[in-house]
Amino acid sequence: MVESGTATDLLRWIPLLPLLGALVHGVGLGLLRREMARPLVIAISCGAPIAAFAVTCVAFARLLGLPGEQRALVDSVYNWIGSGRVSADLAFSFDALTAVMCLVVTGVGSLIHVYSIGYMDDDHRDDGGFQRFFAYLNLFLCAMLLLVLGDNLLVLFLGWEGVGLCSYLLIGFWYGDRWNAYCGMKAFVVNRIGDFGFLVGIFLLLWSLGDAATLNFAELRAVLPRIAEQTVSVPAWLPGGAEWKLTTLIGLCFFLGACGKSAQIPLYTWLPDAMAGPTPVSALIHAATMVTAGVYMVCRLSFLYETAPGAAATIAWTGGATALFAATMAIAQTDIKKVLAYSTVSQLGYMFVAAGCGAYSAAIFHVGTHAFFKALLFLGSGAVILAMHHEQDTDRMGGLRRWLPVTHAVFLVAVLAIAGFPPFSGFFSKDEVLLSAYAAHQIPGHQALWAIGLVTAAITAFYMWRLHFRTFFGECRADAETQRHIHEPGWTVLGPLVVLAVLSAVGGFFGLPAIWGEKIGLPNALGELLHGVLPQPEHHVSHATEYALAGAAIGAATLGTLVAAWMYVWSPGVPAAIRSATGALSRLVENKYYVDEIYDALIVRPLVAISDRVLFRVVDAGVIDGALVNGTALGVRAFAGNLLKYAQSGLTQGYLVTMVVGTLVIVAWMLR
Amino acid sequence: MDLLDGRLLTIVTFLPLATGLVLLVLLRGLPERVWKIVALASTTLTFLLSLLLWFRYDATRPGHQFVEHVAWLPNWGIHYFVGIDGMSLLLVVLTTFLMPLVLLAAWNEQRKQARTFLFMNLFLETGMLGAFVSLNLFQFYVFWEVMLVPMYFIIGIWGGQRRVYAAVKFFLFTMVGSLLMLIAMIVLYGLHQEQFGAVSFDLVRVPGGGVPGLLETAVPLAGQAVWWKTQPWLFAAFALAFGIKVPMVPFHTWLPDAHVEAPTSGSVILAGVLLKMGTYGFVRFALPLFPIAAEQAAPLIFALALIGILYGALVAMVQTDIKKLVAYSSVAHLGFVMLGIFALNEEGLEGSILQMVNHGLSTGALFLLVGMVYERRHTRQISAFGGIAKPMPVFALLFGIVAMSSIGLPGLNGFVGEFLILAGAFVVNPWVGTAAAFGVVLAAAYLLWAYRRMFFGPVEEPENRALIDLDWRERFVILAVVVPIFWIGVNPNPFLRRLDASVSDLLHQMETRKAAALQTAPPVQAAVSALGVELAEGAVR
Repeated sequence: MVESGTATDLLRWIPLLPLLGALVHGVGLGLLRREMARPLVIAISCGAPIAAFAVTCVAFARLLGLPGEQRALVDSVYNWIGSGRVSADLAFSFDALTAVMCLVVTGVGSLIHVYSIGYMDDDHRDDGGFQRFFAYLNLFLCAMLLLVLGDNLLVLFLGWEGVGLCSYLLIGFWYGDRWNAYCGMKAFVVNRIGDFGFLVGIFLLLWSLGDAATLNFAELRAVLPRIAEQTVSVPAWLPGGAEWKLTTLIGLCFFLGACGKSAQIPLYTWLPDAMAGPTPVSALIHAATMVTAGVYMVCRLSFLYETAPGAAATIAWTGGATALFAATMAIAQTDIKKVLAYSTVSQLGYMFVAAGCGAYSAAIFHVGTHAFFKALLFLGSGAVILAMHHEQDTDRMGGLRRWLPVTHAVFLVAVLAIAGFPPFSGFFSKDEVLLSAYAAHQIPGHQALWAIGLVTAAITAFYMWRLHFRTFFGECRADAETQRHIHEPGWTVLGPLVVLAVLSAVGGFFGLPAIWGEKIGLPNALGELLHGVLPQPEHHVSHATEYALAGAAIGAATLGTLVAAWMYVWSPGVPAAIRSATGALSRLVENKYYVDEIYDALIVRPLVAISDRVLFRVVDAGVIDGALVNGTALGVRAFAGNLLKYAQSGLTQGYLVTMVVGTLVIVAWMLR
Repeated sequence: MDLLDGRLLTIVTFLPLATGLVLLVLLRGLPERVWKIVALASTTLTFLLSLLLWFRYDATRPGHQFVEHVAWLPNWGIHYFVGIDGMSLLLVVLTTFLMPLVLLAAWNEQRKQARTFLFMNLFLETGMLGAFVSLNLFQFYVFWEVMLVPMYFIIGIWGGQRRVYAAVKFFLFTMVGSLLMLIAMIVLYGLHQEQFGAVSFDLVRVPGGGVPGLLETAVPLAGQAVWWKTQPWLFAAFALAFGIKVPMVPFHTWLPDAHVEAPTSGSVILAGVLLKMGTYGFVRFALPLFPIAAEQAAPLIFALALIGILYGALVAMVQTDIKKLVAYSSVAHLGFVMLGIFALNEEGLEGSILQMVNHGLSTGALFLLVGMVYERRHTRQISAFGGIAKPMPVFALLFGIVAMSSIGLPGLNGFVGEFLILAGAFVVNPWVGTAAAFGVVLAAAYLLWAYRRMFFGPVEEPENRALIDLDWRERFVILAVVVPIFWIGVNPNPFLRRLDASVSDLLHQMETRKAAALQTAPPVQAAVSALGVELAEGAVR
């Protein structure tokens, strides 16, 4: 047993509190069909995450009081599954990495719960939909906290699947609509493909570690050197030759899981469709927390990826490719939430670039700032959607700053943050990510990766300003009736927006890179916190280069901004002109490169068709049941009916002949 | 409770049949309701008594407990010999647990010959329990065959449109396998007599002396004796009988027909318990009796199990009848169970036996749920539904929980079994383990797709708009299953710990018997380990 931290009973309460909230609603509404009074629903379901946040703060304070860099709190509840070489406790550990994730999850989670009170106010008045929504939301929070608190791979997986379930339930929250239900199912099934990778990763660890098999993170870290140098043979046509490091294979399996949950190529297609869920869900699950679970997992397993350069490079490049690819798709979307969805995919790509390049704390830094500004963007767009009576198409918006000054202001902060303008939070974290790519000599083509990140930054600025201008500037394109009813939402909606706007503005100062921090005497608090938990990359980049890189990033952001301003403010005729000039190309982008259609045609349809027409109709019904089973039965009947019946002829002579022949055969046998 | 000491197992086994006979002979003139109450009370009492077994079972002790041995036909070595270890304990409790629920679920169903129906169910319960507790091979065979009779009638009399075809098919399939098993049993009996000079069908030595059990018989390897006396052939006969019952692909086509035509209670018992007869037969008889042949056959069984997992899931995906979909999903789930058994390691075996219980619970509950909606709509076509989460929210919630259990969501029971099975299979053969793990993706696909088509979307059919949600009786029935679904998912150790001694006993027994057999013969390269080692060597260098 590896000594892994100071024991406490505190940690179990963090996921337990939201679970209790979910249980109360689940039993009361789900089973007894008794709808609770609304104030009580609100008190329970918003109280739970706030209480969890408070407990997290207490735990965090206690953590900071502990000496040493590898400090952690642990809480082992009981042995969950134990059989043969598989043994996993229901155990939680709280180190700096978990602390950051927990603070973000419970903090942003609480804000979004409060926001939902207003947003879901008039939803499903007839069947307790309000309460159902909060039941799912609390359950989600519980699962997400299990995920980040889990002390072993199995508890992490429990949370991992739990958030997937809640995502499924919440995407399809308005289940009366076929499309929503389809999107929910798609999310779950695509995620399951990733989970398959996750499971195979676990099994590979169990298999290769032999007698030392364990699922506990601290123990894995200790025993991993045993297999760090092993290799496996793989088909020779795979990149990297016929011999792979075992850890690379394991790392790639886990990364497949991360690709599913964090919407990376090739499994990203579920996330844009996940926007079918209510907007607070998009903010909490599909922007701030759940989708960053893959990044968290890679950081949690950093000790594995440190020994798996091939896997790390794959992560970095997948992240880079996804960042750019998704950004180009965001350009042409008109649905306000779809733009944000592709933007999320793209930003998650950034996080994987950093994680793949070994800059794990930069990845977590971006997870944090992204949680602030992307939650703000989604909640802000929710305020817009609410004001526009559930209109999501920016083609029917415009000029909204006139009616929604507060929403416009907070949205602007978020746009500045994601576009990467200093001193907003996104600037610092994105800068760290780009720097890590530039400096990562172990990654093949790391400078090209940096360039991709830079181009993506310009595109990001462009599509975010495009969205902002089309929503809040110009003439309103909504009909007069809608225009008359546009108004700012209530305080439960605006309050969380303002808090998130402040965090988006100043969040960068939690993890201020040294080159900036030295100037104003502010330490890199996040970096120091994570120092003992996550491996740190060794940068060999001069300060001059760092400033140059930052300058390039600001330049890219400015360029994107100017192009957007030119196209959507100064010369509004340009977009249409570009569109007609590049007909096929813009159609390709608008239709998201037809990836969904390609997957459908290449995988889904053939699978169903083969299962139905070949496996079921031909093999099962035709060959096995028809020819073999019923064929045998018919054969026996034919044999009995056509041949055996002559034996029962009733003619004594016939019986006599049979008897004599039979006797002769037996005698011959005995005399042999 | 002294009354029960030493005969608890017999009471548990025969209480249902005794009640059934009372019902048939004595209670003739009473109203139908009384019959139902009597049957329900008797099965509930059986369950409560089996809980005594659960709590009194000493998990730390290897070997069989609650043993009873009575001479029956001693000249032939046939005795009434019962006893349970951890593996049979779990299945006994599963059986007694499901039976009252099945009767309760059928409470309002109007059917012809209601009394006979109840009798058949009670008779069936005794048949199943008898098979699980038998330690005498001949006695096991009697129960194994006896069980067919009530199930044949349940499908054939109270089934759907094509009930006679389905019943005959079910009967014939099982009979073909069992006849071969009977012959193999007699051969084994002969071998035992040759070696020990005494006759016995007892599997193990009776506590406190007596004749050595069949398990101590040295079964010749291939080439050491006439072919029909050797392990491969004897194992094949047993494996065919059990494999048909499981069912393993390609012997599975009786299952969809039987399930679809059977009334709800028949489907639940068929899926919940009868299929486990096959997998149980493997762990109780085929593995310890013929360890070398079992190891040699493992690659073949691995392949069939894997085909079952993937093929069953894909075929389930395209079913239009929800009951048929659940039936094919059983083929996939039982494929997992077979995979874990033939991994022949602790986590695989424990996972498999737990998964037998899990499948009994989740698939049993799915059939109960399908039955409930069938009672309302008289159709099982998925396309006839749509949006019924709106009129039936409680039904939707419970169906969702059970479906998630079947999909293998962590925190629910199915995950624990599947995870252990896959972990066990993976260390034996990583490729098979990986391919089987893909089954979890397909499980999500077919169940969620069906769930979406049934429960989500707009309510278009007018009949669906008027659907009435589950009443409290129905809620109770499903909740009773949902509780252990959560319990096993959250804390499976009370179940797993009861298996430890039996499973390690089994593995130990196989090892020693293997070693003993190989001492007397030139070493036979055990195919499974060869394949496993080869792959492992190829993979890790």
